[in-house]
Amino acid sequence: MQETEPAVEIAGLVKRYGEKTAVRGLDLVVDRGSLTAVLGPNGAGKTSTIECCEGYRTPDGGNVRVLGLDPVADAARLRPRIGVMLQSGGIYQSVRAMEMLRHVAGLYANPLDVDELAERLGLGSCGKTSFRRLSGGQQQRLSLALAVVGRPELVFLDEPTAGLDVQARHATWELIEQLRADGVTVVLTTHLLDEAERLADKVAIIDSGRVIAYDTPQRLADGTREQDSIRFDAPAGLDLTALSIAVAPHAKASEPVAGSYHVTGEITPDTLAATTAWCASLGLMPRNLQIEQRSLEDVFLDLTGRELR
Amino acid sequence: MSTETRTELIAPRRGEARPALGAPGSFRPDPRPAPLARMILAQARFETRLLLRNGEQLLLAIVIPALMLIAFSAEPIGTISGGGSRIDYYAPGVIGVAVLSTAFTSQAIATGFERRYSVLKRLGATPLPRWGLLAGKSLSILAVECVQLVLLIGIALAMGWSPHGDPLAVLLLLALGTAAFSGLALWLAGALRAEATLAVANFVFLIFIGVGGVVVPLDKFGHGAQSVLQFLPISALTDGLRDVLQHGAAMPWGPLGILAAWAVVAIAGAARFFRWE
Repeated sequence: MQETEPAVEIAGLVKRYGEKTAVRGLDLVVDRGSLTAVLGPNGAGKTSTIECCEGYRTPDGGNVRVLGLDPVADAARLRPRIGVMLQSGGIYQSVRAMEMLRHVAGLYANPLDVDELAERLGLGSCGKTSFRRLSGGQQQRLSLALAVVGRPELVFLDEPTAGLDVQARHATWELIEQLRADGVTVVLTTHLLDEAERLADKVAIIDSGRVIAYDTPQRLADGTREQDSIRFDAPAGLDLTALSIAVAPHAKASEPVAGSYHVTGEITPDTLAATTAWCASLGLMPRNLQIEQRSLEDVFLDLTGRELR
Repeated sequence: MSTETRTELIAPRRGEARPALGAPGSFRPDPRPAPLARMILAQARFETRLLLRNGEQLLLAIVIPALMLIAFSAEPIGTISGGGSRIDYYAPGVIGVAVLSTAFTSQAIATGFERRYSVLKRLGATPLPRWGLLAGKSLSILAVECVQLVLLIGIALAMGWSPHGDPLAVLLLLALGTAAFSGLALWLAGALRAEATLAVANFVFLIFIGVGGVVVPLDKFGHGAQSVLQFLPISALTDGLRDVLQHGAAMPWGPLGILAAWAVVAIAGAARFFRWE
């Protein structure tokens, strides 16, 4: 086993379905032991890319290596080493939850303890319930349990928290964080920006079949820091000249709505001090003072556009 | 999610040991497949258990053949030919139905829905290879057929059945019949949507019982119809079983040949048209 090569190495991946090209020249390298969140609007090519890594789909172009292996040609050697959570389904409708978990565990030589795993994911009380009678959240968690029960080196989780309630989402996050802490490489897709921000070492934003941004969540958000702002309310029609001079050159003041003031630009402690000093010089108390920092969500919307698709 | 589940999720009940999986390192990777034979047996056991639990499939596989055997053999309905007692005529036909129901109808329906619910796709991501999955399915069919045969033969014997012939010839017929019907089932389930597979599989089941020499002897049909119907896999199976079990024939080469041809064509068709997703 070559521990130094990346867990996933995708170069120039192309995937077409008839007329439609879902993935057009996608590059991505995922380091071993890291947690990568793949973000993107619906239809951006996330699932197609993941399914090429899992060996379900044969690329129409480019190269995919997973744990140093070709997912299609070396499927027999690769599959025991990866865990897969499909976006939906994958489980016999009539099977009981624990029966399914036990069965899949039995396909591995050294699986996790299924009872502990079920307990950990809050499935302990529904072990005898058939899959079709489980709640959506329970089905999701069973699907996650199936992906990790074989002690994989690398797991692909396709929207692991979709449709979960708050408690179940936190339980899932904790499990994913522990996977990463124990050295499992995790690649997950999600629509939840806060999930990516909380969990991921790196975020890959995919749009129209390409990776358009790939960095740590912090650096992605920092890249657009010049659009942060200080916002406060004060009596309308104040003279902004002194404030603009005080916060120049990296920020500028404005009053987009009467009585609501924005200082927009690169917000530093000095900018904040200058703003409050200006208020103090006028004998004003700035109400609802807040600092707006651009979130990953703003970055995502800037990069992928705001139109619905 | 129920309230109980939610409570457990947030805080394990007081006094209960926290699951050891909370400890650092408990998810440390160690991915190793189970031995191949163990995986295939596990898959076979799993599928057999699911099949025997499924009410509709059980009806098809066991209740209907058993009722046919009892009803037709006890009551003077239906028309038999070739002399001998009624049970000697009907038992081989019902054994043919048992094979048809499990290897063809049950398997086509189950596989169709497994495809629909991505079960085959999901199992494709486990260490169990695809051919191992098929081997598991086949073993599970054989296991269910054994249960059916033990039950039906028991009932038939209790009703005074006296089978003749070479058990080896019977086993050969059953094996080739199972192979042919399994191939057809996978071909059907691989080519059509789950609902269409369900409809076609049940329709073919009924038609085959009607015109496949199960209840009504083929020589009751017109000469033209008969010359076509005798080449159906179900007719070849019931013909062959009757040749051996009722008439004590040594090796029914004709029916065996027809079944072998069906098996080759059906398995080739399944291999060509089967889709895992």
